[in-house]
Amino acid sequence: MNKRASNRLPEPWGSVIDRDHTISFQFEGKDYRGYAGDTLASALAASGQWLLSRSFKYHRPRAALTFAGLEANSYVQVGDRPNVLADLLPIADGLSAVGQNYLGSLNRDYAIHAGRLARFLPVGFYYRAFFRPQGIWPLWERFFRRAAGLGKINPNADPGYFDKQYLFADVAVIGGGPAGLSAALSAAGAGAGVVLIEEAAMLGGALNYARFQRERSEIQSLRDDLVARVQANDNIRILAGATCTGWFTDNWLAIGRSNRLYKLRAKYVIACTGSVEQTMVFRNNDLPGVLPASGVQRLLRLYAVRPGKQAVVATANAEGYDAALDLLAAGVSVQAVIDINRSVANPQLAERLSAMGVAVHHSCTVSEAIPGAGLRSITGVVVNQLTESGEVTGDGRKIDCDLLVTSVGYAPLGQLVCHCGGEFIYDDDVNSFSVRNCPPDSTLAGSVNHRYALEAVLADGRSAGLDAARALGLDPAAAADAGPDPGAAGINHPYPIFPHRKGKDFVDFDEDQTVADLQNAVADGFAHAELAKRYSTVGMGPSQGRLSSLNALRIVQRYNGGILAGASVTTQRPPFKPVSFGVLAGRSFEPERLTPMHEWHADHGAVFMPAGMWQRAAHYAGAKDQAAAVAEKIAEEVATIRGNVGVIDVSPLGGIEIRGPDAAEFLNRMYTFAYQKQPVARCRYLLMTDDAGGIIDDGVACRLGDEHFYVTTTTTGSDAVFRNMLRRNAEWGLEIDVLNVSSTYAGMNIAGPNSRQLMEQMESDIDFSKDAFPYLAARQGMVNGIPVIAMRVGFVGELGYELHVPWSNALTLWEQLFAAGAGFDIRPVGVEAQRILRLEKGHIIIGQDTDELTMPRDAALDWAVATAKPYFVGKPAIGFSRTRRQSRQLVGFRLLNSNGPLPEESHLVIHDDAIVGRVTSVARSAELGQVIGLAYVAPEQARPGTIFRIKVDKGLEVAAQTVQTPFYDPENLRQAL
Amino acid sequence: MAPRLLDISPMKIIDCPLNGPRNAQEFVCGGEVRQEPSQDAAIDKWADFVFLENNLQGVVHEWWCHVPTSYWFIVTRNTATEEIIATRRPDEFFAGLKQTDGAGSE
Repeated sequence: MNKRASNRLPEPWGSVIDRDHTISFQFEGKDYRGYAGDTLASALAASGQWLLSRSFKYHRPRAALTFAGLEANSYVQVGDRPNVLADLLPIADGLSAVGQNYLGSLNRDYAIHAGRLARFLPVGFYYRAFFRPQGIWPLWERFFRRAAGLGKINPNADPGYFDKQYLFADVAVIGGGPAGLSAALSAAGAGAGVVLIEEAAMLGGALNYARFQRERSEIQSLRDDLVARVQANDNIRILAGATCTGWFTDNWLAIGRSNRLYKLRAKYVIACTGSVEQTMVFRNNDLPGVLPASGVQRLLRLYAVRPGKQAVVATANAEGYDAALDLLAAGVSVQAVIDINRSVANPQLAERLSAMGVAVHHSCTVSEAIPGAGLRSITGVVVNQLTESGEVTGDGRKIDCDLLVTSVGYAPLGQLVCHCGGEFIYDDDVNSFSVRNCPPDSTLAGSVNHRYALEAVLADGRSAGLDAARALGLDPAAAADAGPDPGAAGINHPYPIFPHRKGKDFVDFDEDQTVADLQNAVADGFAHAELAKRYSTVGMGPSQGRLSSLNALRIVQRYNGGILAGASVTTQRPPFKPVSFGVLAGRSFEPERLTPMHEWHADHGAVFMPAGMWQRAAHYAGAKDQAAAVAEKIAEEVATIRGNVGVIDVSPLGGIEIRGPDAAEFLNRMYTFAYQKQPVARCRYLLMTDDAGGIIDDGVACRLGDEHFYVTTTTTGSDAVFRNMLRRNAEWGLEIDVLNVSSTYAGMNIAGPNSRQLMEQMESDIDFSKDAFPYLAARQGMVNGIPVIAMRVGFVGELGYELHVPWSNALTLWEQLFAAGAGFDIRPVGVEAQRILRLEKGHIIIGQDTDELTMPRDAALDWAVATAKPYFVGKPAIGFSRTRRQSRQLVGFRLLNSNGPLPEESHLVIHDDAIVGRVTSVARSAELGQVIGLAYVAPEQARPGTIFRIKVDKGLEVAAQTVQTPFYDPENLRQAL
Repeated sequence: MAPRLLDISPMKIIDCPLNGPRNAQEFVCGGEVRQEPSQDAAIDKWADFVFLENNLQGVVHEWWCHVPTSYWFIVTRNTATEEIIATRRPDEFFAGLKQTDGAGSE
C-alpha cells in the first residue's frame, strides 16, 4: 500500500469511500493511491498532500477549504482541462493532474517572492502605474500575462462529445440536503412530479457530516431514513452529481452533469442551495492547515481523512464546538477552543469539552497563524485577548498546533436566485446576507433561508414543498409557515475580522486582497461597496465572492462609515460555477436538405454546393479541384441546353398552393402583377415587394383553376414568403387557404431545342405539341403514370418544360426521362451552367442581383408592376419613388477586353471618380464569345452603348459597355418555339 | 416587415393560442401591431409606418409567429417588465379593436 497514506482514519469514518477498491492516480507526476469515492483533493489530503494550487497574485500555497467545490483554491489542471475543482473531481485509475499557477514546481515556486513586493503592489496599482507614457500598457501587459492566469488551454485538444437534454418538472428542488430532501418529499407527497438536483454524488448534504449539536449516530439514521424515502418515491427523479449553474426566466434551469447540459423547465422551484462557511480574517489565515469547521467535518465523515494531529478551534458558534468533539473522536488532540464571543456560544458543549480536558477560552481570538517551511503548513497560532468592542489587544500567547479550525458563520448560497431577480441584502437580524425578491413560483428553504437548527431546517423544507403544492393547485388547502429559526441569530458573527499590523490578513483568497487593500480602496475615494469591489477586484475571482463578499462589505462599510444593514452587493450573474465551452456548444446541428435525385446526382459525378439549407448539384465534373476540367464541363452543360436537351433538378424551389374564392385577389395584394384576369392553365411572373417597395421574392403563378393557384418561390425565400402570406392574411381575412407544398413537389426543368421531342416520347395524356402547349401555358396530367404539373417557362431561354412532380415519384420519372433521352444524348445540368444560361437571357436572381433597396424600376421590372390595381404591398412606396430621381439602374454589360482581368461580384462601378454601383453577376459566355454581366450603374450610364469603368482587384480598372438585355436571343424566339 | 430577432429572454414561455405554452426560442416577433395608412395617404405617413417603430417602453401589442407551425397571433406584453399580459388569435384581437375604431386596411 501507499506509504504516504498516513492520514486515513479507520471505519466507520468515511461514508463515501469504498476501501475494497483502491485507485492509482498521479498528481504533479507523483504516484498516489486513494479509494473509490475519493475526490482528488480528499485522496491527496489522505496522503499528506494539502497544497493544490498557488494564489493568483503572490503565488502563496493554497489548499482546499470547504471540500465542497466552492472556492478556487482547489482548481487543478487535468489533461487538457484547466480549472477543475479537485474537491469535486472523483479519482479514477490513470487520472493525472497538476497544480496551477506556479513557476518551477507546486511545492517550490520562485514567484513566491512576489509576496515580498506586496507593499509595492497596492490595490489599484495596475491602473495607476502602467498607463503612462501612452502606449506603454501593451508592453506591461505581455509581462503580466505571463505571470498571471489560471491553468493552460490546449489549442490542439481533441474534440469531445457533449450534448443537451430537455427535462420538465412540476417542482425542481435544487439541493439534496435536509431541507431539499424534506421539500422533495412533501411536494411529491402532494402529487407533484419532482426533480431533485444535488451537486454531490451522495444525497444528504450536511446530514452526511454535521452534528447539529447531537450525537452523530442520530443524525446518520435520520439521513438514511430521509434518503431511503426519497429514493423509494416514484414521484421524485434524482439528478445527483449535477450542478445547477443558472436559473433563468420562467423557472428555466441550466444543469450540468459531466458532458451533458440539462435544460429543465419547472412549474415551481424550491432553492435549498445551502450556505457556505465564511473565513475568519487574521494574519496568514490563507495557509494550508487553516480550515473551516464544515471542511474538517466533511474530511472526517465523508473521506475518513484526519486533517491534523494537534488542533486549535476558533469559533463563534455551536458548530465549532461540534467540530472539536468530532476531532477528539477522530483521535486529534484539541489544544484549545477559542470562542471569539464575550461569553461561550454553547455552555453545554463548552462544559462537555472541558470535562474531556479541552481548555475553552472566550473573549479572545486567533490573531495570527505561524507558518511552517515554505508557507506550506502552520506550526502554531497566536491568541490574543479581545477588547469589549472586539479589537485585538495585549501580547499574544502562542499555542503549538498543525491545524486551526474556524467557525464564524455562513453566507447563503443564493447566487442562483439572483440570476433571475433576487438580491443579497445585509440583514442585521442574522448578521449575514438575506436573499430577497425570489422570482414568481419559487421559494427558499433551509440554511439559504437562515434556518440552521435541524428541526427548523426540516420544517422549512416541508413548508416549501406544501407552498409548491398549493401554487400548483395540487393541494389548495396546504398551508404551513415554518416560521423563523429562533437560534439563527447566534450563528453568524457580525465581525470576525482581526486586522494585523503586518498584513497578510486575507479577505479574498482568489485575488490576494487584504484588509489594508480594502482600506486603501476606501481611502482612494472608492468608498461605495460597489466601487471598492471594482477598484480592489475583491470578489471578482473565480470563487465569485462566495467566501469574501460578506467580509469585504463589512470592512468597507466600517471604513467608509456607512450602514451595513440593507447594504447590497453586486448582482450575481450566471453561471454559478464555471461551465466548459463544450457543454455550452453541445453537438453541432446543421441540417441539410437533399432532393429526391441527390444520390443519382452523386452517382453521376455531381459536385454539390449549398443553396440555403439545400445541397444542389453545381456541375457534373466529378471533382472540383481541376479548374480547367470543371470549366469545360460547365461549358458542355450550357451547350447541351442551347443545342440539344438537358435536365436541371429544381426541387429546392418553394411551392405554395392558394385556394379559395379570394385566391386571385390575395395574389393581387401580395404581388405587384395582376392575377384576376390570368386565364386558367396559364403561367404568369410573380414579383413580391415589401412595404418599402423593395423586391423580396419572385416566382411563377400557375392558375390551376378559378380558385386555385400554384405559385413557386425562390429556394431560400420559400419559408419567409409562406410566413409573410399567413401574416398578411391574418390581417386581411380573405377567404383562402395557404398551403406550403415545397416538400410535396420535386421539380425538374427539361430544356433545349430537343425537349419537345423528348417529352413526346413519354407516355402522357398531355399534348406537348407547339399549338396545344404554347409558351407560358400550364398543364396538369400524367407522364408515364406519374401526376405532373407542367409549365412552359423560359428561365434559361430555350424551349422547355418545368415538371413539378410528387416527391416520392420524382426519381422514377427522372430516370425514365434519361432512359427515353438516351438517343438524344440527354445530360444533367447543374446550377453553375444554369447561372450562365439565365445570365445570357438577362434574368435576375433575387438576392444576388437585387438587395432590399432594389425597387422594380431599378431592375427594369416595371412591366411586372400593375399600378392600376387598387392595392398591393409596396404600391404607395413604389408610387412615391417614381416622383423622385432614380439613383441607380441594373443593366447588362459586356467587357471591352474579354482577355484582361475579370471583375467579380461586388466589384465597384465608377462614374466621375465616384462609386455609383456594383457588379452583381458576371460570367464568360461561350455562346456569345464575351464576358457578360449585370451591374448597378448610374442612370446616365444605363443607355446601351455607354462605356463605364469597373474597379477590379489590385486597384486595376476595366472598361465595360452597357448592353440591352437579353444578351442572347433578344427577340425571345427560342423559348417560344 | 421582415420578422425581427427575439428581443425578450429566450428562456421565456409564450402561450401560443394554437400550440399552448412553448419556449420563446420557437417564436419570432413580427413587430408592433399598427394600422396601415390608406393607399393614398401622404408620403410622411407612409414613411413613418414603413421606417419608424414606436419602440415603446410599456404595454405593446405585437405580432408573433410560432415558427414550426407558421402561426401568427397577437402578444400583449410589457416591454419594461417582460411580462406577457395576453396572447390572442388575430381575429379575436381585431374584432375587439374594430369595436373601438372600425378601421379597415383598404
